[in-house]
Amino acid sequence: MVLDRETKLKKLKEHQTKVNMIFQDQDCGQMLDKCLSMSPDEIIAEVTESGLKGRGGAGFPTGLKWKFAAEQKSDVKYVICNADEGEPGTFKDRQILEEQAAKVFAGMAICSRAVNASEGIIYLRGEYNYLRPRLQEELDAFNKKLKEKGFKFSIIIKSGSGAYVCGEETALIESLEGYRGEPRNKPPYPVSHGYMNKPTVVNNVETLVYCAMIIRMGNKEFLQLGTKDSRGAKVFSVSGDADVEGIYELELGMTIREFVDLFGDGDTKAVQVGGSSGHCVPRRDFEKTIIGFEGVPTGGSMMLFNSSRSMYHVLHNYLEFFCEESCGQCTPCRVGSQQLLRGIEAIKKGEKPPEYLNELKKLAETMKVAAKCGLGQSVPNPFLSIVNNFYEEIIF
Amino acid sequence: MVKLTINKIPVSVEPGTSILEAARKVGITVPSLCYHKDLCIAGNCRVCLVEVKGERTLTASCAVPVYEGMEVFTNTLKVRNARKNVIELLLSEHRCDCLKCEKNGKCELQDLAQEYRVEEKSFIDLSIGKRIDRSSPAIEKDDSKCIRCQRCVRTCAELQDVSALTVARKGEHMFISTFMHKPLADVVCTNCGQCVNRCPTGALVERNYMEEVWEAIDDPKKHVVVQTAPAVRIALGEDLGYDPGERVTGKMVTALKRMGFDKVFDTDFTADLTIMEEGTELLTRLKQALVDKEKVALPMFTSCSPGWIKYIEHEFSNNLDNLSTCKSPQQMFGPLAKTYYAEKAGIDPKDIVCVSVMPCTAKKYEARRPEMKASGFRDVDIVLTTRELAKMIKQGGNDFRHMEEGEFDSLLGKSTGAAVIFGATGGVMEAALRTAYEIVTGHEVPFPNLNIMPVRGMEGVREASIKIEGCVDAWKFLEGVELKVAVAHGLANARKVMKQVAEGTSPYHFVEVMACPGGCLGGGGQPIPTDMETRKKRAMAIYEEDEHMEFRKSHENPEVKLIYDDFLEKPLGHKSHELLHTHYTKRMTK
Repeated sequence: MVLDRETKLKKLKEHQTKVNMIFQDQDCGQMLDKCLSMSPDEIIAEVTESGLKGRGGAGFPTGLKWKFAAEQKSDVKYVICNADEGEPGTFKDRQILEEQAAKVFAGMAICSRAVNASEGIIYLRGEYNYLRPRLQEELDAFNKKLKEKGFKFSIIIKSGSGAYVCGEETALIESLEGYRGEPRNKPPYPVSHGYMNKPTVVNNVETLVYCAMIIRMGNKEFLQLGTKDSRGAKVFSVSGDADVEGIYELELGMTIREFVDLFGDGDTKAVQVGGSSGHCVPRRDFEKTIIGFEGVPTGGSMMLFNSSRSMYHVLHNYLEFFCEESCGQCTPCRVGSQQLLRGIEAIKKGEKPPEYLNELKKLAETMKVAAKCGLGQSVPNPFLSIVNNFYEEIIF
Repeated sequence: MVKLTINKIPVSVEPGTSILEAARKVGITVPSLCYHKDLCIAGNCRVCLVEVKGERTLTASCAVPVYEGMEVFTNTLKVRNARKNVIELLLSEHRCDCLKCEKNGKCELQDLAQEYRVEEKSFIDLSIGKRIDRSSPAIEKDDSKCIRCQRCVRTCAELQDVSALTVARKGEHMFISTFMHKPLADVVCTNCGQCVNRCPTGALVERNYMEEVWEAIDDPKKHVVVQTAPAVRIALGEDLGYDPGERVTGKMVTALKRMGFDKVFDTDFTADLTIMEEGTELLTRLKQALVDKEKVALPMFTSCSPGWIKYIEHEFSNNLDNLSTCKSPQQMFGPLAKTYYAEKAGIDPKDIVCVSVMPCTAKKYEARRPEMKASGFRDVDIVLTTRELAKMIKQGGNDFRHMEEGEFDSLLGKSTGAAVIFGATGGVMEAALRTAYEIVTGHEVPFPNLNIMPVRGMEGVREASIKIEGCVDAWKFLEGVELKVAVAHGLANARKVMKQVAEGTSPYHFVEVMACPGGCLGGGGQPIPTDMETRKKRAMAIYEEDEHMEFRKSHENPEVKLIYDDFLEKPLGHKSHELLHTHYTKRMTK
């Protein structure tokens, strides 16, 4: 049954009364006081028990990351806010920074207390530079507040230059240090050898806000939301052939069907979950696919496609993006992306037989396990999910 | 020690060892491309992938250290398939020009393709058309063969601290470029060729001048003479089936004669001459400083290494006075061949073609410097690397291994052990000290068997001091002086020493700098691979050769004595100035 737009908006509003952590106004002074009343161990325990996983896309348990960084012995540690929101179809961090910057700062301050960090850096996506003056103004006030409250921690903002790969935490750190934004070899991980080779926590904008809220309210409310593997809620950026578009905070664990009913135009044939590096879910799998770490994880991007769309063009577009945005250092990603793109082009033009797709699928499997970083490893996600589910659209 | 298993074989290694190194310790070779023993880890080619139990993805074995209880598998089907894919991808962006390629038979990508039985183009051909930069007389850069392993970039940054080569753009457009994408000839490149020595494919090669040499030899009107640098004889064998460190001096001479050179001379001869000139120059500067109280540039730096010369001209152009004015042995040889030898042999110098065989690519550039025309002609016409000579010997069809030992021709062919060690870092210093000390004191340097051990070795910067005692009358003012010297090799180390000079804090009187790690024996024109292990073996061969020489001090070289008696008169004399000394040029820093 297709709902009309009004009903959808009403339903979403109802949903918002149940889930509203990110965009809810808070007194950040109180947040900091609460944080100061807790020991670092208590903070880490609170976040760990909440089950919060990183909201940037990779989903690493936040509490564990903080614990690793806290265990490191070092005179200097860093907290970095990853605001290099570059995944196509994701635009929620921008809104969070526009509306709730102080909560992001508070999340960083809380983290600094948990891991004993002295410096915070916001790595702001180059394209978001227009936000900078306002952010800086708010930040100046916040830094002052931190000083008053006795935090030995302050935050600065640094701008990226527009490379997608710099959202990968080690590439981000390289970029911050003034080098080419190229992912590092891991291990070691940033928690032990990060910015300037010092222990560093890199958290997504949204993750930091959830941390702030978890500390402010305790993790009970958070734990009530979501599923066992995907606790809490998440902010979604909805775009594409959607009846309702925009930014919505929703509970994790819903099925794609439920999601499409809320947002779709009634003719949704596929949803790309997690942006260009995510998975494409076809209509026949809507019921059985859960949005969350047990199903299809997402950094927030939800792109809806209706039957007027050619999935070949969708895939072509993603692959072009990767050919451009691969840092270029490792072979599977740099050359593999090009081969996948040229490969589907050649099949389409009849220069290669449809069976060539099998070679490309094998190549995609190699890329998954052989690329140096998450970018290269996830190029096969859209490729395989689109090619496997929309075979005819690719070869004919 | 960390215990792990590789292919179920128990291994125990130091903490911090990479999987790749641990595997090699138990005789398991993991293929690699971007890995090079001299360089930091990149982990970007993804050829060295292995399977580690418990890991979701494959692991780049060069980049990941072992841990206790690790279970590694280097040859599973999953690993082989992934590696094969990676090699196929590299080949798809590589312009396969194997038959004509300089690196044919010596290309690491080709070897891997063969090992993994990969078709030349199993994927779509992504290679760009020929994009070759031939602006430099020394190095040829062909982007269409580059596999982006960045060995060259790391070499230029880490070993040389020059960073002429750098990564530009990203994704499919990523390539290895220069400052503002300028041609190599127009950027701060020292032509040292260390990048060439480390390039796994034919993307960076020396400019090849083999055909020009064959043509000259074939021309009946031309009298073709050849000189061979000290470091060539101890490495040439590596490209002809010998192990590193085997000396092939005599066979090399015979091979050159059989190839048709009219005279086979030795750069060692002019190395000895360099010592006479440079040693005298040093003593003169010391006298000016200590006795005449003149303002004179000290420390004095050696000037044999053309890579080093171009480097200082770019990077420390305010300190050019610190350089010895002596030409390098190659460039001393050229004008002497076309004046002294031409005169003695009764040959018109315009008909002489002067070829040199060098361990060095920068020598190709040096020979073309506009000022190198002291004889009235281009002093050195064609410069070959050790690698090019090995190829020509093969082309000549001679069985090198069973060749009899030949002798260098006389007049410019006699040499000493002091000249031989020019090929190793510290060698020029040692040779200079052997001679200068004896000139000043009348007796030999106070080191057993003339071996000045403190200046030998592979430490990046080495220093030594020698107290001068028992001076002869002419040099009495040096009595009791503590002569402080230093030796640096690799331009990154040269920068350290130069910084002190620029800041006015250098404690030394005399400094030897060689652009290449290990000195000439590790030169950019030497057989590939060159790494610490081969450098050490070549150094041992050089010092062995020194010990086997009849004369071991430059001033004892009978042909050197002869040329001063017959032609040059005395070190730093009028003729020397004309033929054997040079001046330097300030160059831009970008």
